[in-house]
Amino acid sequence: MNEPRALLILNNLSKTYGSNRVLDNFDLTIFDGEFFTLLGPSGCGKTTVLRMIAGLEDTDTGNIQLENHDIGQVPAEKRPINTVFQSYALFPHMTVFDNVAFGLRMSGVAKEEIAPRVTEALEMVRLGEFAERKPAQLSGGQQQRVAIARAVVNRPKLLLLDESLSALDYKLRQQMQIELKRLQRKLGITFVYVTHDQEEALSMSDRVVVMNKGKVQQLGTPREIYEQPANLFVAKFIGEINQLVGEIVEIDGNHEYEVKVEGLQWRLHAEHNFKVGDKVNVLLRPEDVRVEYIDDPHPDQYLVGEVIERNYKGKTLDSLIRLPSGIEVIASEFFDEDDPSFDYSLNQKVAIKWVPGWEVVLPHEV
Amino acid sequence: MRSSFGSFRFWAIGLASVWLTLFVFFPNLLVIFTSLLTRDPQATVSLPVNVDSYVRTLDVLYLQVLWDSLRMSLLAMVFCLLIGYPFAMAIVSLPKRWQPVILFLVILPFWTNSLVRTYAIQFILGNQGIINKSLIGLGLIDKPLQLLYTQFAVILGLCYILLPFMVLPLYSALEKLDIRLHHAAKDLGAGPLSRFWYITVPLTSPGIVAGCLMVLLPAMGMFYISDLLGGAKNLLLGNVIKTQFLHTRDWPFGSAFSVILIVLLGFMLWLYFRASRFVSKQGGLNGSDF
Repeated sequence: MNEPRALLILNNLSKTYGSNRVLDNFDLTIFDGEFFTLLGPSGCGKTTVLRMIAGLEDTDTGNIQLENHDIGQVPAEKRPINTVFQSYALFPHMTVFDNVAFGLRMSGVAKEEIAPRVTEALEMVRLGEFAERKPAQLSGGQQQRVAIARAVVNRPKLLLLDESLSALDYKLRQQMQIELKRLQRKLGITFVYVTHDQEEALSMSDRVVVMNKGKVQQLGTPREIYEQPANLFVAKFIGEINQLVGEIVEIDGNHEYEVKVEGLQWRLHAEHNFKVGDKVNVLLRPEDVRVEYIDDPHPDQYLVGEVIERNYKGKTLDSLIRLPSGIEVIASEFFDEDDPSFDYSLNQKVAIKWVPGWEVVLPHEV
Repeated sequence: MRSSFGSFRFWAIGLASVWLTLFVFFPNLLVIFTSLLTRDPQATVSLPVNVDSYVRTLDVLYLQVLWDSLRMSLLAMVFCLLIGYPFAMAIVSLPKRWQPVILFLVILPFWTNSLVRTYAIQFILGNQGIINKSLIGLGLIDKPLQLLYTQFAVILGLCYILLPFMVLPLYSALEKLDIRLHHAAKDLGAGPLSRFWYITVPLTSPGIVAGCLMVLLPAMGMFYISDLLGGAKNLLLGNVIKTQFLHTRDWPFGSAFSVILIVLLGFMLWLYFRASRFVSKQGGLNGSDF
């Protein structure tokens, strides 16, 4: 793979509405050809960033560079950037064909070139035979695809998608996720996707930025963000995570620490530098927790807990286990060929451990 | 529950039907019938039934009046649209809490009788009116301009009285316009003029047609405006009808004109419904319109 080329650079963007600072010195670089996702809870500023890139929102400070040109002063209609809006915003008085052709007509594309390009775009989203329909005569999923066709037909340098799948039902959303990803690969256009759905972000993106309160929390590949969350917010926002509290009792050097957790001493790895006596959070994904019958022989150390809830989820059995300290741990275990019918009863005592090194150790915060 | 609602519906519709029959259907029937009678100096109207009155309306003189009043009403409509559209757009662009205030101000003149307001225009436009006096005072003209008793004065009066009927439907159409469609159009490369022409205008076309009809239809009959502002030469269809009933006492002829006016207005309403059906089915914009 070639060295990635920076397509869009956001420098020090800020935005304040009244007393509400929605964006705070926000920096970001988006590479050419990647599927990039802005992920965060509602109100984190992700949609504001998208609208600033599109030119539909002014910036208080900072600048936006597209291919090394400052586009801060370029109005939205002159930017080679198109958006798929959350509400689709299809023109209700125009046919599907005219909706898709709108951008081409506005930019003065030759008449004889318009029809083939529109038809091609509609074929691409498999709506070829719907060209003469009105948007109101289409289903939600079809309207969504028209919105995508209307944007990509202009061959933008950057395609922005604002929570574009959130209005669809679960099945259709899954299907559209795959279609979008495939489309992006085929077109080679850079996609910037905004969502609050972490599952969506992980499954579609090349890189993800997690945002909260107008600030970047973490930037990385989906895997980095899931497996090495930079802070407690990211850890908790992306999927489920168990939080145990520990204390550094000894430094073994090279980021290896002896940590006291739930009364036992564990040898854990951490990227951070800690001193003896520092309190830390030890974070464990539910699927990394191992639960075993307490009567089985255990060569290594384990915690003892009591099963207080068990939920059969089809693929997995999710158990809620209370440790003697009162902390509750969720364990998500897959059924496999070794023991296809394992189960626990309520109030059963079980042994808990985890694969060494799969834990994440962060400075303590609540 | 169901039956009490059913009886409410029965009475509501029944009452409206009786009302419309008594005060709209029968009077109109009476007008049509009268238009087919003969003028009688003693009894006002008498038999035999004939179509003489309709034949007489075909006189060049009256066709001229018909054409004049149609033209003045159309001009008033066009000016109302040209003034009303930007005005309604300005109201919509105001903060939400100010919009009702401005709309209230638009409606406020209705509280004063329109006859009184027309007299006020007469005073403003007259030879001794504020416009002429100021112009003379400023030394721009030597003798007063003839503003009153002109076609201009009639059109001005019609515009003034009827402008709210244009503004209100336009406001309600513009207010419903989804700002996100403008964002989408902007995102797709449409500048301010294109957005206005391809998004705002087609999507507010029902409001435009409604406003135009609400100005055009009453304008044809507003005889007191041309009486007070137009003088003897600038007649509206309403003036002819009024004269036949009150001065000439030729009721069949006046009735014939009324029937013609009703048919004309009915035809325009039919055009409106055709147009609004076209808008909802086809949209104001087709590929070929570009």
